[in-house]
Amino acid sequence: MAEVAKMQVSDEVAISIRNMNKWYGTFHVLRDIDLTVHQGERIVVCGPSGSGKSTLIRCINALEEHQQGSIEVDGTLLSSDLKNIDKIRSEVGMCFQHFNLFPHLSILENLTLAPIWVRKTPKKEAEELAMHYLEKVKIPDQANKFPGQLSGGQQQRVAIARSLCMQPRIMLFDEPTSALDPEMIKEVLDTMIELAEDGMTMICVTHEMGFARQVANRVIFMDEGQIVEQNEPEEFFNNPQSPRTQLFLSQILGH
Amino acid sequence: MSDTSASAVAFVRTESVPASAPPSNAAGPVKWVKDNLFAGVGNSILTVLAILAIYMVLSKSMPWILNGVWDAPSLSACREILNGETGACFAVLSERWNQLLFGFKYPAELYWRPATAFVLLFVAAAPVLFFDLPRKLLIFTGLYPFLAFWLIWGGPIFYPLIALIGLIVAYKVFVAFEKNNFTMALGLGALSAIVIWYLSGFVGENSALLALSLEAVPSRDLGGFMLNMMLGVTCVSLSLPLGIALALGRQSSMPFIRYICVIFIEFIRGVPLITLLFVASVMLSYFFPPGSGVDLFIRVVIMITMFSSAYIAEVIRGGLAALPKGQYEAADSLGLDYPQAMRLIILPQALKISIPGIVNVAVGLFKDTTLVSVISMFDMIGMIRGPIVASTDWNGIYWELFGFAALLFFVVCYGISQYSQWLERRLATDHR
Amino acid sequence: MTIMTDPPKESFRLSMLLNDSRYRSLTLQVIAAILLALVIFYLANNVATNLAALGVSISFDFLGAPAGYDINQRLIEYTSQSSNLQAAFVGILNTMLVAVLACITATILGVFAGVLRLSNNWLVSKLMSIYVEIFRNIPLLIWILVIYGVMTVVLPAPNAFRGDDPSASMFMGISAFTNRGVYIPGPEFSRIFGETGILSAGIGWLVAIAILVGSFFGARIVNKRATRIQEATGVRPATLATNLAIWFLPLIAFFIITGLTFVVPVLKGFNFGGGIKIGAPLIAMWLALSVYTGAFIAENVRAGIQAVSKGQTEAAGALGIRPGRIMSLIILPQALRVIIPPMISNFLNITKNSSLAILVGYADVTATLGGITLNQTGRAIECVVLLMLFYLIISLTISGVANVYNNSTKLKER
Repeated sequence: MAEVAKMQVSDEVAISIRNMNKWYGTFHVLRDIDLTVHQGERIVVCGPSGSGKSTLIRCINALEEHQQGSIEVDGTLLSSDLKNIDKIRSEVGMCFQHFNLFPHLSILENLTLAPIWVRKTPKKEAEELAMHYLEKVKIPDQANKFPGQLSGGQQQRVAIARSLCMQPRIMLFDEPTSALDPEMIKEVLDTMIELAEDGMTMICVTHEMGFARQVANRVIFMDEGQIVEQNEPEEFFNNPQSPRTQLFLSQILGH
Repeated sequence: MSDTSASAVAFVRTESVPASAPPSNAAGPVKWVKDNLFAGVGNSILTVLAILAIYMVLSKSMPWILNGVWDAPSLSACREILNGETGACFAVLSERWNQLLFGFKYPAELYWRPATAFVLLFVAAAPVLFFDLPRKLLIFTGLYPFLAFWLIWGGPIFYPLIALIGLIVAYKVFVAFEKNNFTMALGLGALSAIVIWYLSGFVGENSALLALSLEAVPSRDLGGFMLNMMLGVTCVSLSLPLGIALALGRQSSMPFIRYICVIFIEFIRGVPLITLLFVASVMLSYFFPPGSGVDLFIRVVIMITMFSSAYIAEVIRGGLAALPKGQYEAADSLGLDYPQAMRLIILPQALKISIPGIVNVAVGLFKDTTLVSVISMFDMIGMIRGPIVASTDWNGIYWELFGFAALLFFVVCYGISQYSQWLERRLATDHR
Repeated sequence: MTIMTDPPKESFRLSMLLNDSRYRSLTLQVIAAILLALVIFYLANNVATNLAALGVSISFDFLGAPAGYDINQRLIEYTSQSSNLQAAFVGILNTMLVAVLACITATILGVFAGVLRLSNNWLVSKLMSIYVEIFRNIPLLIWILVIYGVMTVVLPAPNAFRGDDPSASMFMGISAFTNRGVYIPGPEFSRIFGETGILSAGIGWLVAIAILVGSFFGARIVNKRATRIQEATGVRPATLATNLAIWFLPLIAFFIITGLTFVVPVLKGFNFGGGIKIGAPLIAMWLALSVYTGAFIAENVRAGIQAVSKGQTEAAGALGIRPGRIMSLIILPQALRVIIPPMISNFLNITKNSSLAILVGYADVTATLGGITLNQTGRAIECVVLLMLFYLIISLTISGVANVYNNSTKLKER
């Protein structure tokens, strides 16, 4: 699987963030973020808790508002124009730490909801699409169950399939495996690796360093709201430059 | 233990121990009585006191109830039959049965109409209360208000029919445009209903449908337990949508809308229902256009609906707050807009959590419908305090009537709250 | 690719009013405000037209005019020549009187029933469930009428106490339960604050209350000292005897000095005189509100105690704390957090429900201002608005207190 990381990345820019700043009240949570993500690139963001990594990717999806600087997704500038926000959200899929499946809807309904109501896809087509992606995440037989009846790993895979049903060009993952029992982490990571092999642009906040080594083109280390270091995984793990990165890596890899 | 140390540690069970009954001193009725009634001195004293209390209540009430007279034309006749013995005069119930249920003005030959409406109410309510019933039954629930209106008030079927058709068309229009734009669909739906109702004004004048008519009964002739049921059912159903809107408004990010909702809710919850009923009886008619003469029943319905919608809004707000924030975020990140997110994701879950609370509000409201007797409407209590006790035949009778009213309310309210508890238990195990 | 430091400044377009998140909410609020203003204007216009047609105007002058009716149950001076405003004040005080009395008894009853409902005595807990279910599921209005019925129909008239062979007798020779009300012995200060004395009895009671407040602080000092000693030495000194002494000795001394006596009601002519008369309507309201709300409080108390998880008792037990101390140190502080907010809303309900007093002729504010005054002056809008205002002020005050309490006891959480 090591070849995943060496897959070709196009020159086309998928996400471009310039001088982005964000405050929660007076707390400066993101400081001067500059980041360009190319089409097909797979980025892993890591860092201590409270370093702003989740906030960063939530800003890309307009779940959080930034106060300064610009975010451009596929050429669409994220502004206060609701049409642009809708356009960006339909191109960017997102997976959450706690899956956030809709417990009152069956798996199939979870998947077809957004295509039917946002994309205005006919129900039959939406269901075919949903079954296609359920097969991709290898749980087509659970289609008529409810989220509460599935294991955590299965729920997270459904959540991934739910995002894919909107056929996004970019996927954001916000600590997708942190809420899972150890034996379920692998099935979710496998799904994500498969997604990477298909050439999906991904930004993934995670502490799974094995996954980063295997899949990422680039690893970004954040601390105190800033991007402290970014590099190719090989270099990043073997030869970290910043003392803060070194300390962080020694803490999470130290045992 | 003569075994060697190694064999003492290693152990493999070869045959299982069968389950057996507990020793006799750990089970059985004697043990139960000892544990639950006479465990300790204090406990035993409590038991004796409780038995004494039960004995006192039963020894007074049982002869009175069992020795009751069920057939007598008046209180004096009843006392004659009893001949000085203890006994209730339940005859007042059998003699005034219809007045207790329907009031004293509703035409006796038309009693079958509200009675039918009452029976059909259960059919209409069943699919709302029990999720397992076929969803097709909801169609009847939708038809029921119009049917019940026609049965109780009478008049030409034309009016409820047109109202129904207007709403059906509005609904169809709404569904057709819903996916494009919620607000626009709502507006178009409302517009099409208004157009239908307006046009019907021209057709109605000489329509054959006007001929298909039941004898009309004015609303001031409604009374008795029927009035309590009607107020309870109507006001709870009307206050649900209003309560949802208020709850959403109170959660809104728009300060103006939020303040309006907060002021409305806190105002209504801050004053007693009786003052709102005073508003209905002496003040509300000033707010209508001159000469419109909206009748008291409708004014009372308006005020009670406002009253219960404020309480329901608070219950639903609790339900909304109980939903994890992730549900809102997931809906946002999928690109659903506000009406879609609310209608498809948030409200279905929030309402489900709120059902027990809503049922509690409904029970409270049903009990509160008795307050209309204060503004001289003849509901069940109004009938008892007014026409029945004041009549020469039954002047001086008291306990039988209030006992009956209490029993009737108890059966309905206890039934509803048992349902709510059943539902709560069911929801707790539902898909989660 | 161009590098931008800030979004370009777009020129304002009309469509941005709806499509731009900066303006959208403002637009919607302005629309809402306009609609609301239209509705208010429409309603106000209707009111103005209707009032003009009737030839009346809104005026609060009637408040100063003589009320012209009598009120039996009153806490302050009032005659039929007093103003309507005075009548409203009599009503307000009566509302508060019955509300406070009912709050106290409902709490006692509710806590009692709630705790007994959790008793491991099967019969007692079932009996308490029956009490709760019966009172919660039958309208308060019926309870008021039934209890008022007991007061007026079942109890004997005062003249039944007369004659050589009376059909009714006084309870323990000091109280009389009649269909006009209950007569109980009334305390009087015979020596210093007596009616003939310079100071009135009211001041005597104020002094007694002041003494109680003093005892409260005295007891606090003693308990604080005990805590201090416990913290320093580990042993808590016994405080029960000192506490009892601080609470009761000063008060008893005061009563002895002032010569507190109880005047027993006696039958004079057709009615009782002397002592304190509690009218049948007040008693009916008081009892009905107490037993009805007591059932709700019992449920809250039960839920509050059950809300403290069993794990808490087990954890405290595992630390070796005795059962009595577990209750006072671990369970109660947590249960109170759950019990008190609904308890306060029940107090609010009692206050609002006391408006039903009009049914039995108890002269609360709804019966005076919203009843007789309204009917006699015909000032419907003014009376109802004032009435609502009064209840609103009471409610907002109580819920303000509740909010302060809730915020002060909120669990500190991340």
